[in-house]
Amino acid sequence: MTIKGKAYIAGIYEHPTRHAPDKSTAQLHAEVAKGAIEDAGISKDDVDGYFCAGDAPGGAWPMVDYLGLNTKKLRHVDSTETGGCSYIIHLGHAAEAIAAGKCSIALITLAGKPRTGAMPPRAAGAEADFESAYGATTHNAYGMCAMRHMHDYGTTSEQLAWIKVAASHHAQYNPNAMLKDVVTVEDVLNSPMISDPLHRMDCCVVSDGGGALIVTTPEIARSLKKPQVRLIGHGEAMKGPRGGKDLDLTYSAGIWSGPRAFEEAGITPKDIKYASIYDSFTITVLMQLEDLGFCKKGEGGRFVADGNLISGVGKLPFNTDGGGLCSNHPVNRGGMTKIIEAVRQLRGEAHPKVQVPNCDLAIAHGTGGLLGVRHAASTAILERV
Amino acid sequence: MSEAKKYSAPITNPETAAFWDAASRGKFMIKRCTACGEAHYFPRSICPFCYSDKTVWEEASGEGTIYTYSLMRKSPTGPYAIGYVTLMEGPSVQTNFVDCDLEKLKIGQKVKVVFKPTDGAPLPFFTVA
Repeated sequence: MTIKGKAYIAGIYEHPTRHAPDKSTAQLHAEVAKGAIEDAGISKDDVDGYFCAGDAPGGAWPMVDYLGLNTKKLRHVDSTETGGCSYIIHLGHAAEAIAAGKCSIALITLAGKPRTGAMPPRAAGAEADFESAYGATTHNAYGMCAMRHMHDYGTTSEQLAWIKVAASHHAQYNPNAMLKDVVTVEDVLNSPMISDPLHRMDCCVVSDGGGALIVTTPEIARSLKKPQVRLIGHGEAMKGPRGGKDLDLTYSAGIWSGPRAFEEAGITPKDIKYASIYDSFTITVLMQLEDLGFCKKGEGGRFVADGNLISGVGKLPFNTDGGGLCSNHPVNRGGMTKIIEAVRQLRGEAHPKVQVPNCDLAIAHGTGGLLGVRHAASTAILERV
Repeated sequence: MSEAKKYSAPITNPETAAFWDAASRGKFMIKRCTACGEAHYFPRSICPFCYSDKTVWEEASGEGTIYTYSLMRKSPTGPYAIGYVTLMEGPSVQTNFVDCDLEKLKIGQKVKVVFKPTDGAPLPFFTVA
């Protein structure tokens, strides 16, 4: 059983807002749902599967009701919560459900307001008494990974800075990006240290907003007007300190999710024309590129340097919307926008200045949770038909 | 780190109460599985490696080396350094480094456990040995 080619992404929508003081979180979910439904050219009453994560107020059943989905037709729901990569996992789960005949038109939504509203607290795990006092945040949890990666492999702050530089080259063409100025390696190194060794410009933005997808069967996708983009490989994985044995923070769960997705797709990293790689921090990108097999472990620093991730310049164009580092990071969760920009590239709908010529194979990969503590990862490989 | 920093008391539960009782007496405990021989942290009743229920409490030396760290430059309670310490007994544990120059931390540096008070059981931290 494989999901290869059994599900198509027929609708995408990224909310243009980055600052939404006058909207509710549920409203943003509804606005992105409406956007993706209209992009696909279907009716909301056709939706028979709904997927959401921890950002959806109240979870699946209040959202299904609030969104006015057709409950006579809705027959599959999934509220898998794996932080920022939840939506990449949802994409795979939607494909599984579609392949199994459990639904035929799935809606996936993400939305929220970390800039202008409260974020829902993260539920405590069994580790709480043994960790919560130590103040793990995104900054220092990813900082710990970067520190050890530098120690083990000689990775430098200059190399990490190239990732932000590449993102900024792309963001200058995105009218909705929060940070549109092209920056240099020196700019990144001169920005304030936030949590060693990560500078402010190694960190993504905080933004309100959201995004949504419509995932459907090959037959329905062919009946719609949009260029056809299908999922051909998918992987998911989790990693944590696991009792503290053989702790190694220089790799992510992508080391497992990536090969699973590539194997299912029957391709290798060399075949990929465009890469959406979750960029919560520069180190996140570097480690994931290694883990996915775009270069060997420890060689990520050299791989990302000298503009190698800039579209039209380097070998692996990445995050051509400017990504989390420059464009947006709705609800502190980057997985959804990673899928959306990959679909734009495959449709040929990216900005002309960053559109990859003849882009027929793309990857969308993300992590969720805290890379230096415990996290999930998910990989999706997408193909233009 | 500010000396005045307040830490919340651990909530504790039946599975981990012995750890906190020992902490109150200044002892840093880990769990070891008598079936597979592996030590682990934080403590569980079922060994996370072999799933045996033959896990026993063991007083750790409280000594180890810094596996990694990150110094958060600003927070509502001032700068603080999070990290992992690899204990002499094997497991790596998440912690904060305290009572030492946080600007001079280094991977591989030797550290030892110190306890800080809360309104309940004290919490383990590490400082330069």
